[in-house]
Amino acid sequence: MSGHESSYTPNTGFEKWLDKRLPIIRFANDTAITFPTPKNLNYWYTFGGILAICLVVQILTGVILAMHYEPNVNGAFASVERIMRDVPFGWLLRYIHSNGASMFFFAVYIHMFRGLYYGSYKAPREILWILGCVIFLLMIATAFLGYMLPWGQMSYHGANVITSLFGAIPLIGESLQTWILGGPSIGNQTLQRFFSLHYLLPFMIAAVVILHIWALHVPGNNNPTGVEVQDVEKDTVPFHPYYTIKDGFAIVLYLILFAAFVFYAPNALGHADQAIEANPLVTPAHIVPEWYMLPFYAILRAITFDLGPIPAKLLGVIFMFAAIAILFVLPWLDTSKVKSMRYRPVARQFFFGFVVVCLLLGWCGAKAPDAAVIPALQGEKVLVVSYTENGQEATSEYKGGGEAYLDAKRFMESLPEDANPSLAAVAAPTFQFAQLSLILTICYFGFFFMLFFIGLSEKPKELPESIHKSVLKRHKASTATAVPAE
Amino acid sequence: MTDQTAHSHDEAVDEDRRNFIHIATGAVAFGGAACFAIAAVDQWNPAADTRAASALDVDISKVPLGSEIRVLIGGKPFFIRHRTPAEITAAENVNIATLRDPQTDDERLRPMQDGKLNRAILITSGACTHLGCVPVGPAQGNTGEYGGWYCPCHGSQYDTSGRIRKGPAPSNLPVPNYTYVSATVVNISL
Repeated sequence: MSGHESSYTPNTGFEKWLDKRLPIIRFANDTAITFPTPKNLNYWYTFGGILAICLVVQILTGVILAMHYEPNVNGAFASVERIMRDVPFGWLLRYIHSNGASMFFFAVYIHMFRGLYYGSYKAPREILWILGCVIFLLMIATAFLGYMLPWGQMSYHGANVITSLFGAIPLIGESLQTWILGGPSIGNQTLQRFFSLHYLLPFMIAAVVILHIWALHVPGNNNPTGVEVQDVEKDTVPFHPYYTIKDGFAIVLYLILFAAFVFYAPNALGHADQAIEANPLVTPAHIVPEWYMLPFYAILRAITFDLGPIPAKLLGVIFMFAAIAILFVLPWLDTSKVKSMRYRPVARQFFFGFVVVCLLLGWCGAKAPDAAVIPALQGEKVLVVSYTENGQEATSEYKGGGEAYLDAKRFMESLPEDANPSLAAVAAPTFQFAQLSLILTICYFGFFFMLFFIGLSEKPKELPESIHKSVLKRHKASTATAVPAE
Repeated sequence: MTDQTAHSHDEAVDEDRRNFIHIATGAVAFGGAACFAIAAVDQWNPAADTRAASALDVDISKVPLGSEIRVLIGGKPFFIRHRTPAEITAAENVNIATLRDPQTDDERLRPMQDGKLNRAILITSGACTHLGCVPVGPAQGNTGEYGGWYCPCHGSQYDTSGRIRKGPAPSNLPVPNYTYVSATVVNISL
């Protein structure tokens, strides 16, 4: 909390001299050593520290990779291969950087769900939350830009899909797209500007992280009860050693997971098409973004209908951006005064539903939209003969195995010459991923609107009087149950 | 020193004069920033050499019957398809009232030098109008339900005239600006 008295006393002559000129030791002491932190923070609260480490790892490895990378369509792919094969420890640095992006997003999603669950976006932490959303947006932009640099098939065609989203914007869309690409299509100029921005944005993230921590240190941490600190003596402990150790332990565990990916499954989260150099004439059979973008990709593809004057393509783009934009206004959508979902029995159920919806959206994003959600329920394909009869289009269907084919062929031969028949195997109608995506998209946005109404009607559970009392109560409860067992 | 401070305190501050100086200074700074912004924004637009590489002469006599060739112009893909008579009739027999983006097959062809249409050669953009993927066609062994092209990204189906028939794409594969330079050479430009 910014209100807390500075407890730093410069001891040596040099410290006294420095403190009058640049009180940097005092600042570090007050922010990272003595900062009063609620004493009931659980392990979900360690992800802020984990994310700081992720950013440092990405910047360090990224700066080194940039020393060996060649931002040119003729050399980019080869230079990445050279990093992998020839540069000493290049394989390690690149695998850390590529898997680091996944670890970064995994941590940020947990961090965001944590904030959602414990109501960390509510007053007086709205700016803290919004700055977090800004960081998330910058992370998405950075990851998207960086994914183009290896100049693989997924790089090229993924970027093609995403930049053409801007083309869906009415009136200015096409010129905006040309402006972003620097030409009629993705080319060398696009790669170079993406490289430049990919190098810039992490430092902007670092700057917003500083604001994020500043905004955190004004009201202080939220905590699992959502009850604000009332008595600094009783409710808080100094950040060091209590949370430096706790965060440190969590960081070590996280780095073990990180290392497991880097050393044992470095390509598990990647895509095989990325190992083929970009070819504008061949689109990979199945374009998928990296896993951390899949839920948003599913929302983009879920909209296949026009809404009045808005074409489906633009509507999909609007919904995809709205899925992130809605997070910015969340502090004002949730009407409940109670922060923590621990004490919100109805909203809590919806929260877990929301987590499931997000995961399922990710699943939908990874699948072809016309694939069957449950393949076992997919009926057999039907042979359809299309032909023209008296100038009208007509079809005739045949079900069954080889006999159906013979029947269809016989029917085609029996038709007059100008009927121009053609034969196609059409999949039986089934519950497709496109439809599931649409339902989940409605649920995704529905959650935020439900928060508005739940907050008005829900009867929350009794809140603990203070952080201190809630900790004591939990402690008593655990000893009380332990006694009879002895 | 004391005299000087006393002197400046005595003198009345001319607010108008100060406002003028503030606004004038701000205007110059803003003007400078705006001028720089023009350069900073415009340098992202296509460069002269990029714009220059936006037309190509293509020899259409080498396109195999029933198949196609694909060319890149300014990095954009284009299909040049040599249609079979069956594909041409299929394209012409469609009731265009049923189409999402109604166009007759003739509207999608450009006349040769003698003013006639070369129905066998269809030239379209090779970027799916949904999100810009390159659809697969006869060379990849998949022409979709309507015999034209199939976009593997999101399942758009095009017919033998490059018209959208099914799937999320909003419009037909655009026909680029092209002219017949001779009976066998076309000039395609963006």
